[in-house]
Amino acid sequence: MAGLGTDWAVAWLRRSAAVVAEHRVELIELDRAIGDGDHGENMDRGYTAILARLDETPPATPGAAFKLAAMTLMSKVGGAAGPLYGTAFLRAATAVGEAGTLDSGLVAAALAAARDGVVARGKAESGDKTMVDAWTPAVDAAAAAAASGAEPSAVLGAAADAAEAGAVATDPLIARKGRASYLAERAIGHRDPGAASSALILRAAADAASDAASGAPSGAAA
Amino acid sequence: MKKLINDPRAVVDESVDGFGRAHADLVTVHIDPLFITRKQAPKPGKVGLVSGGGSGHEPLHAGYVGFGMLDAAVPGAVFTSPTPDQIIPATVAANSGAGVVHIVKNYTGDVLNFETAAEMAQAEGVDVRTVLVNDDVAVEDSLYTAGRRGVGGTVLVEKIAGAAAERGDDLDAVTAIGRRVNENVRTMGVALSACTVPHAGVPSFELGDDEIEIGIGIHGEPGRHRIPMENADGITDRLLAPILADLSPAPGDKVLLFVNGMGGTPASELYIVYRHAVGVLEAAGLVVERSLVGNYITALEMQGASISVLRLDDEMTALWDAPVHTPALRWGV
Repeated sequence: MAGLGTDWAVAWLRRSAAVVAEHRVELIELDRAIGDGDHGENMDRGYTAILARLDETPPATPGAAFKLAAMTLMSKVGGAAGPLYGTAFLRAATAVGEAGTLDSGLVAAALAAARDGVVARGKAESGDKTMVDAWTPAVDAAAAAAASGAEPSAVLGAAADAAEAGAVATDPLIARKGRASYLAERAIGHRDPGAASSALILRAAADAASDAASGAPSGAAA
Repeated sequence: MKKLINDPRAVVDESVDGFGRAHADLVTVHIDPLFITRKQAPKPGKVGLVSGGGSGHEPLHAGYVGFGMLDAAVPGAVFTSPTPDQIIPATVAANSGAGVVHIVKNYTGDVLNFETAAEMAQAEGVDVRTVLVNDDVAVEDSLYTAGRRGVGGTVLVEKIAGAAAERGDDLDAVTAIGRRVNENVRTMGVALSACTVPHAGVPSFELGDDEIEIGIGIHGEPGRHRIPMENADGITDRLLAPILADLSPAPGDKVLLFVNGMGGTPASELYIVYRHAVGVLEAAGLVVERSLVGNYITALEMQGASISVLRLDDEMTALWDAPVHTPALRWGV
């Protein structure tokens, strides 16, 4: 099939906004347990702003959509999540360049670039109980799927599955980065809010791609 | 939740608006993006000082904008770091051409947003240096955490580095004195109650009537450990012990003793803490040369206090004594 185009990128962002709004309270509760309780509020504020900018200045390429998301999240979210997600989208934008459509290899490369941006900015490693613990399994699964010749939507599906498993796997960990790190063993048993929101957003990417593949209207609500 | 607010989402905007009107002789409030500058900033030839962080710590940071302290302050949402689109214009506004120092508390969000903003301001031609404040001895294992947090010592860094900039020190010198203050100050805090973030509506953690949380930060996050309530002298001993162990001052060292309220503890209780703390320091052979007591870096309406001990040298003492005129700190003018 054809690669994923601008319609998909915009549909992903719109679907992410809906999913983040839907899970706002859940993310706040996760963050309240081991952080300061603002993650759901901040992400909701950021994605609401993305919706407004998509209406104002519709992007012409997937890369332009990623860049719009990057600049909006960096300027509206605050906390650690703003720069981390902002950097992720900015690196993804650079990775896909001016391409009008993304094939499986480019999708996997964009995810890897995003993850590398998060690591560079936040300096977290796997197992530190951060969003990296969702992103790294997702990147590995996407690379494997792309290498085996999977369609772009299947590459994103594999990434979303791995991100969800990765987020769940943060439950027993002691945090070594971010505000949860001050709790030491008291963080055990709680899911990292950033890993949880990462899994939601990667699932939204996969769902938007499945819709595109099945001809469903882009931007459909989750 | 009972608070003197109108709309939980409008708390920062309405509060900063009132602040700007109350102190219109000293500060200018810039809206969208939100930041506060000193009247007539930038001062020609002077190094600019910019700080910022989540709201809810008032009077930090906007209360310290003015003569002898900050040139600009950048407030985020309550307990949430401000964003680069606020920090960059504040940095540009504070720059006279002599460069700008960012004073950043070591919290992950603050560090990431100021780091991003510093890179972008550099690209716009502003020479930016960063003084990272990490004075909180409650964080024992900084290798496996995000590191020690920036808490009470931030006020002392802003005052002393601000005085250095005001007397005309260059960018390197202001940065160096800011870092020297940070290296010589240690802080430890206690919470007697949690606090409630307006848009969350529920307390940030649960604390029983007979419990206290030792080693808290300033964002309503839990601390090092929880113990049964004790009297003021006992709690003061618990806060001072890790400070002195870490700072390891020598007998005869001169220090500044800063007892800070978290927002919900009356001044009378802070002075009870000060009374015992000064006795402990003197018994250890230290000379308490300067003091500061009051609500200077807070966590909303949290009951509690922090103690900071700064090892002084003659230059730091002179800069501490230098005139300052801001909404929250004023002497010598």
